[in-house]
Amino acid sequence: MADAAQTGNSGNSSILRINKLTKKFGDVAAVDSVSIDIRKGEIFALLGASGCGKSTLLRMLAGFETPTSGAIVLEGEDITRMPPYQRPINMMFQSYALFPHLTVTQNIAFGLERDGMPSDQIDARVNAMLDLTQLKAFAKRKPHQLSGGQQQRVALARSLAKRPRLLLLDEPLGALDKKLREQTQIELVNIISEVGVTCVMVTHDQEEAMTMADRVAVMQSGRFLQVGAPREIYETPQTVYVADFIGNVNLFKGSLTVDEPDYVMIDSPEGKIYVSHGITGTQGMAVQVAIRPEKICLQRTAPTPAERESAREDGYNCVRGIVKNVSYLGSYTTYHVKLDTGMTLKVMNSNDARHDENRLDWDDTVYAWWDGSDVVVLTQ
Amino acid sequence: MKSKFGLGWLIAVYLFLYLPILTLVVFSFNDSRLNTSWGGFTFKWYAEIVNDREIREALWLSLKIAFFTATASVILGTLAAFAMVRYTKFRGRTLFSGMINAPLVMPEVIIGLSLLLMLVSVQRAFGFPERGIMTIWLGHTLLGMAYAAVVIQSRLMEMDKSLEEAAMDLGCRPHQVFRLVTLPMISQSMVSAWLLTFTISLDDVVLSAFLSGPGSTTLPIVIFSRAKLGLSPTINAVATVMITIVAVGVIFGSIWLARQEKKRAEEQAAAYREAQPT
Repeated sequence: MADAAQTGNSGNSSILRINKLTKKFGDVAAVDSVSIDIRKGEIFALLGASGCGKSTLLRMLAGFETPTSGAIVLEGEDITRMPPYQRPINMMFQSYALFPHLTVTQNIAFGLERDGMPSDQIDARVNAMLDLTQLKAFAKRKPHQLSGGQQQRVALARSLAKRPRLLLLDEPLGALDKKLREQTQIELVNIISEVGVTCVMVTHDQEEAMTMADRVAVMQSGRFLQVGAPREIYETPQTVYVADFIGNVNLFKGSLTVDEPDYVMIDSPEGKIYVSHGITGTQGMAVQVAIRPEKICLQRTAPTPAERESAREDGYNCVRGIVKNVSYLGSYTTYHVKLDTGMTLKVMNSNDARHDENRLDWDDTVYAWWDGSDVVVLTQ
Repeated sequence: MKSKFGLGWLIAVYLFLYLPILTLVVFSFNDSRLNTSWGGFTFKWYAEIVNDREIREALWLSLKIAFFTATASVILGTLAAFAMVRYTKFRGRTLFSGMINAPLVMPEVIIGLSLLLMLVSVQRAFGFPERGIMTIWLGHTLLGMAYAAVVIQSRLMEMDKSLEEAAMDLGCRPHQVFRLVTLPMISQSMVSAWLLTFTISLDDVVLSAFLSGPGSTTLPIVIFSRAKLGLSPTINAVATVMITIVAVGVIFGSIWLARQEKKRAEEQAAAYREAQPT
């Protein structure tokens, strides 16, 4: 399935090819036969919970871990066994790893000096980096004299100074507080695209991955579960794990009763579900149906057929329940609706109007319904 | 009530610790030869040290040995600490770390005696080494290395490993990583280790007693042997000089460290304050 996502959009040429890369620690495979092509100029995010192998994969790209088997090929050159100091790859560390005994300028110049670059060229390059990251005013400071956001920019400048062919970002915003993170995300993407460097990043924060990356790979136990653009991953997850990991989701278990090329129907204990697109499956097979909380509508009265044109027949895609929790979160409100079967439905509605006289409250009996095209059927 | 009791304890403990030293300092200015009665203020014992050739030579020898011991201990200790912290998977690591730390817990008398036995048989077989400055230095370094390794090891362990990885990522070969990043990071602990082993060597009696030969008497041994013959105010004066040197060193060292710390904290706070409004 991952292959389909890769080949489906081969607009750009590949710069990095990872081929059946495996890393075992003892008997445990931290990275298990991962293959992927990274396209030139893209930001590729490895997303997963801690221990899924994303950091090990990144460290193998940097050269800090030696793969057990498989190959890493950068622009046609096999770098699998190349030591980190020879790779044209630079990394921005989660802790930034700024050298505390050196100034900002010296930190940025560090890699260039190792290459034996003439000092006038180093100065020019460092100045360009200081401009790029808006650090001119702090050039002579030591890392401890900088705020978290400034340190992060120094780390970025240092990793870009050598003009690497591949930039690795390890939890690039993990050490910043939430407010700063949102602002920095955009800044970081702008700088990276200005330089035009290809970028592989690791994160456990799905929001970070989705804002920054062109493509996201969701990882679990050392394997890629799904690779695709953020929208693709969110709207058409292929597995229950991906659906659940990226955002919130309501899952109904059921079995396929009608399997037509352009629609299917599913029976679940909670109610009958109509899906307005075909799936690959057989009648009677057990499936799970995923519906995002923001795609569900709530109202006090049963929806009329006019309101829900795409629900084919009455009794489909509509369930009744009692509101058990209301969390007002400013721009939107989340509701927990308890259904007759005991299942709790998560619903998220945006607060468009400032004063909503009809707003729902605890213990209200409500009807929850959704469109047949907003449903994703998961067969695995 | 309770706090008064606590305060009393505190004073009692401090008196117990520092009263003997204070007495010693006071009596180094005593004009009387007796350590029991006050005969007026004088500097004559200090003048006597200057004229006492044995003490002068012993002091010089002690300083030389302490200097070389501290230097060798820091070099060897750094290497040992580096091996133990950075190379966690070599054969015989447990034995190695045990052997590094053994001198810390082994009675000094035993170390001294076994070294003496070894040196005597080596000398008998090869005619080398003569007991003297060289053998004392060897013994002190054995002990000092253990202390230095412990001090530097703890610094290395708390050092962010990604700093070394970052250096490598930016093009440093392993030896450059050590020289350009690791060494500056641990330099402060190396200075501490140097000072620690310097003082350990300077006031060591037991090992020196076993390992010294004719004509190579360190200052603590001179003090010790003179004290056996009866306490002389000259010894008080020598001791006072040493205490002064150490005290001045410690006080200035702590003030300097505290200032650095404070400056650093202030700069850090300033950086965050400055970043707030944006």
